[in-house]
Amino acid sequence: MKENSLKNNVYIATRRWVIPLLILFGMVVAWELWVQLSDVPKWQLPAPSEIIRELISSWSILWKHTMITVQEVVFGFLFALVVGLLLAVGISYSRILEKSLYPIVISSQTIPIIAIAPLLLIWVGYGMTSKVIVVALICFYPITVNTVDGLRSVGTDMINMMRTLGASRWQIFTKLQIPTSLPYMFSGIRVGISISVIGAVIGEWVGASSGLGFLIIQSQAVLLTSRVFAAIAVLSIMGVSLFLLSSLTERLMLPWYHDSKSTARMKNRKT
Amino acid sequence: MTSDQKIKLQSISKSFSIDGKKKLVLDGINLTVTKGEFVSIIGPSGCGKTTLLNVIGGLEEPNEGVIEIEDVPSDRRLGRIGYMQQKDLLFPWRTVLNNTILGLEMQGVARKDARQKALELTDTFGLKGFEKQYPFVLSGGMRQRAAFLRTMLLGEDVILLDEPFGSLDALTRSKMQEWLMNLWQSLKKTIILVTHDIDEALLLSDRIYVLTARPAKVRTVLNVTLPRPRHYHKTVAQPAFLRMKARLLASLHKEKWFK
Repeated sequence: MKENSLKNNVYIATRRWVIPLLILFGMVVAWELWVQLSDVPKWQLPAPSEIIRELISSWSILWKHTMITVQEVVFGFLFALVVGLLLAVGISYSRILEKSLYPIVISSQTIPIIAIAPLLLIWVGYGMTSKVIVVALICFYPITVNTVDGLRSVGTDMINMMRTLGASRWQIFTKLQIPTSLPYMFSGIRVGISISVIGAVIGEWVGASSGLGFLIIQSQAVLLTSRVFAAIAVLSIMGVSLFLLSSLTERLMLPWYHDSKSTARMKNRKT
Repeated sequence: MTSDQKIKLQSISKSFSIDGKKKLVLDGINLTVTKGEFVSIIGPSGCGKTTLLNVIGGLEEPNEGVIEIEDVPSDRRLGRIGYMQQKDLLFPWRTVLNNTILGLEMQGVARKDARQKALELTDTFGLKGFEKQYPFVLSGGMRQRAAFLRTMLLGEDVILLDEPFGSLDALTRSKMQEWLMNLWQSLKKTIILVTHDIDEALLLSDRIYVLTARPAKVRTVLNVTLPRPRHYHKTVAQPAFLRMKARLLASLHKEKWFK
């Protein structure tokens, strides 16, 4: 019995981690071989080994620009979080605010961010502020929309239960609506944070003197393709790390949510 | 009338407007409950039993009629009458213990004191050892008892119960009924129970109100004279029990069930 469950665990771990990693590794090897065996010039497509070499040799440059982009992403995201949550509360709390703000929130997403970015340069200048705003503009939307859905998902019978306990409207909001909306808010945060990096790079492309987006443009101009790839690698590592960080925060803040979900999954698997 | 009257409903009417049409749900209900009494309300499904409890509990206000609590007309009943709805409505993000103290928190009791108060009762409510668990690990019966404790901790004399055992299996239900009977006797609360289970109503109640189909009126009031203490397996086989059951069934079957 015990051996069986150990076997089972090994099997699950293999399926979850080992096989995907092997597939990924195989793809990198195929890329390496393709570049080595054919005559693709280095400036067109560098081999993975070349990119890793570049990552190591120009680490100090990459690090400097990474720090700039990280700051833009973090400040932009936090700005979006505060504004996004305030908007969500306003929209779900008042009919008038819903009718006036929600259309603006939605239409703000129909304008391509790349079209607004040059305007921001004119308004707030060349520095970090314009990038922070672009990041915030990109990631407030999923946070707001999801949180509004979450605040609205509270059932009337739950609200009635609170009322029979003598709860005020404020108590219903803080003790029932906010906790109910947290899982929704976190899925908004996960979406927002994974696209926040895109916002920073767009902001830097439009006009900047530092940051990984700037480094990509600059390296591309002189056909330093391996450095472009190195910067892209750092960007994707950054995006994935931020995503994992937000998932971890969610797990720590909502232990009940994941426990109940995994229990439900186990039950489904049995039947 | 005597002053041990706890709750008195005088010709209560309630209607809802659905698609612009007024629909009468409660039609002149008169109902009296004395202190410490156990009263059940039964009736055809969809007749407005839950609406009646909502009105008594203060979730809805009647269009006509007066509700008196201890001989005083009352229009603020929320938070003054314990009300347990059909579903347990536990917060999935709170542990069992923190769920039970929700009502006390609303009243501004410090969390620490509230927990202390709840812990004294977890044994009686069959929740000992599960205080720190989240509701999703609990069985249906335990969840229901946790919701019960949440209602009881408010300390109100009157408790409204809306089909509290409806979703439980037969065995758990009969156990919960006996448990509720003992709890009621030891705590000396006034209980109004809505149910569609005739056996349950007879086993637990001092008096049973039978409602008509919608719009609900009081069709029959039956005094349950079965001696106490009652026990599920003994009481349900008594001739008197069966006679009363037959009377209730006859009364219910006069109703049109389909419209």
